[in-house]
Amino acid sequence: MTTHSSISNTRFGEFITVINKHFSEFGCALAIEFNELTLTVPVMHLLKVAELLRDHSDFQFEQLIDLCGVDYSAFGQSEWETEEASHTGFGRGVDRNIDFEFDNSKRFAVVYHLLSIAKNQRLRLRVYTSDDHPVVDSVTSIWSASNWFEREAFDLYGILFRGHPDLRRILTDYGFIGHPFRKDFPLSGQVEMHYDSELRRVVYQQVSVEPRILVPKVIRKDSRYVNVNNGKELTDA
Amino acid sequence: MPEIRNYTLNFGPQHPSAHGVLRLVLEMDGEIIERADPHIGLLHRGTEKLAEFKPYNQNIGYMDRLDYVSMMCNEHGYVRAIEKLLGIEAPERAQYIRTLFDEITRILNHLMWLGAHGLDIGAMSIFLYCFREREDLLDCYEAVSGARLHATYYRPGGVYRDLPNQMPIYQGSSKWHSAKTIAQRNDARQGSLLDFIEDFTNRFPNYVDEYETLLTDNRIWKQRTVGIGVVSPERALQLGFTGPMLRGSGIEWDLRKKQPYAAYGKVDFDIPVGVNGDCYDRYLVRMEEMRQSNRIIQQCVKWLRANPGAVMVKDHKVAPPPRASVKTDMESLIHHFKLFSEGYCPPQGEVYAAVEAPKGEFGCYIISDGANKPYRLKVRAPGFPHLAALDEMSKGHMLADVVAIIGTLDIVFGEIDR
Repeated sequence: MTTHSSISNTRFGEFITVINKHFSEFGCALAIEFNELTLTVPVMHLLKVAELLRDHSDFQFEQLIDLCGVDYSAFGQSEWETEEASHTGFGRGVDRNIDFEFDNSKRFAVVYHLLSIAKNQRLRLRVYTSDDHPVVDSVTSIWSASNWFEREAFDLYGILFRGHPDLRRILTDYGFIGHPFRKDFPLSGQVEMHYDSELRRVVYQQVSVEPRILVPKVIRKDSRYVNVNNGKELTDA
Repeated sequence: MPEIRNYTLNFGPQHPSAHGVLRLVLEMDGEIIERADPHIGLLHRGTEKLAEFKPYNQNIGYMDRLDYVSMMCNEHGYVRAIEKLLGIEAPERAQYIRTLFDEITRILNHLMWLGAHGLDIGAMSIFLYCFREREDLLDCYEAVSGARLHATYYRPGGVYRDLPNQMPIYQGSSKWHSAKTIAQRNDARQGSLLDFIEDFTNRFPNYVDEYETLLTDNRIWKQRTVGIGVVSPERALQLGFTGPMLRGSGIEWDLRKKQPYAAYGKVDFDIPVGVNGDCYDRYLVRMEEMRQSNRIIQQCVKWLRANPGAVMVKDHKVAPPPRASVKTDMESLIHHFKLFSEGYCPPQGEVYAAVEAPKGEFGCYIISDGANKPYRLKVRAPGFPHLAALDEMSKGHMLADVVAIIGTLDIVFGEIDR
């Protein structure tokens, strides 16, 4: 059990100790970032942890506010090397060959946002799942609201939810192939459709648009933008 | 013996009470609903995926197009998430302006809902009344941002510009409007935007009275809404309800009170709560919310008159420098160029920020990997879990009640399909 950032600990105080007390045995890790609590739960203990969070009087997370999938396969990869660029001058080209090399066992994550109305407290749960076997237990039996949210995560990322009553696609077209929010799915998609006047029906064909990058993705590690509020006057007219 | 058959009825996507593009597959036993299966996604544009390919500031415009009847509240949720990520806070005047426009937006949204809901279940005239008032509020949007709907007015670190000193006026007469009508319309527009809003807040409570005269004790209205779509408080929590849907079921929960943001901690207002959790109670809650919004607007106007000041942070890594200084100052020019070409890179991390949008909790979950674009943006749309509950809410009701329930959910497909 690890707890980062001791400065903001005071705000949650009690609550952190309670979480630590209940969930260290499950191997959960608690992190505090931007004044928000994130509990990373091992995938096999998700249901037990979720049930405890809903029912135990210390937590009372009676609402599941949001559930979403995340694909971490391109995390931290930029399209433009800023450090080298300043030596050689700015090239116009961007690196389109993002190599999808990633930790296979942690490619996908399912993120749950919980809200306790009784305690006025929020908590984020995160469960990692692997690329070749993305299966997570469904929490529909614990929070009914997760039904559609899980369908959405399945549709967009291809994450399967074990025990979901009706795991169909929800946002994409009938008969859609692929999972569009995965990082290896192009923004312009795979197929386009048009009306064929000879066949007298709508037909699909390979997409003809070239993918474009208007603004390259840049990661700047220098801390120019971090904590811009510290010290200086900001709001004076 | 008569033959008993279950019907499958296809409702929408092109149906006036489908509120956009809802396709509903209903399994019916006679006229009783056995199962309702909403098919959504007909307006799916992949907003969240598009956002992964654009610098942070360029995505603000997409937020307007999510719930396209409560535009600025969506912007507020997104902008607040970025501010949290960057660790900046908008100046107090900007916070009040945001509060003011959030409440204008709430009235806009509730008027749209009331008009459409009324129209769906047979009250024609209310629609015309509602749109009369919406016009004035959309003019406020236009005065402040230049656009009547998709404003892109809120920015990380404040708002795009201060409130104008002159409310735009109608010019000249045409073959549709005589000089006299034009003069009448310009009556309230002689002063500043704040004067115009204040005049509106003085008129608005009477307008709400007018709507209530039409509907609240109306026999037909009550027959169509009382006891329809009842949700118990326990189920409302389970189903992820927020906003008026949750309060209609009797749970006192409002982010503006419980987790105050912008200037909500400094203004005075009440949260209306329903008792029975049916369509009628939710109607009453929303009507009262309009009155409370009016109260908040009045307080904001008063404060904004007394406290001039900056509406944007002065940090030019995040907010653009003034146009004039871009012409004369090299530093400003560089800032301007970098900001509009590349944007800013917030630190690595993840944040969730929520606002009490008119429909419920609108939240943005942003994962940043330190780049100038969000790594992942998840929009938590309040309408999504509401619509998901349609099956449970309409089971056992008649076909005509489904229309009343869709109306009371206050759904907009821009945010549900994203």
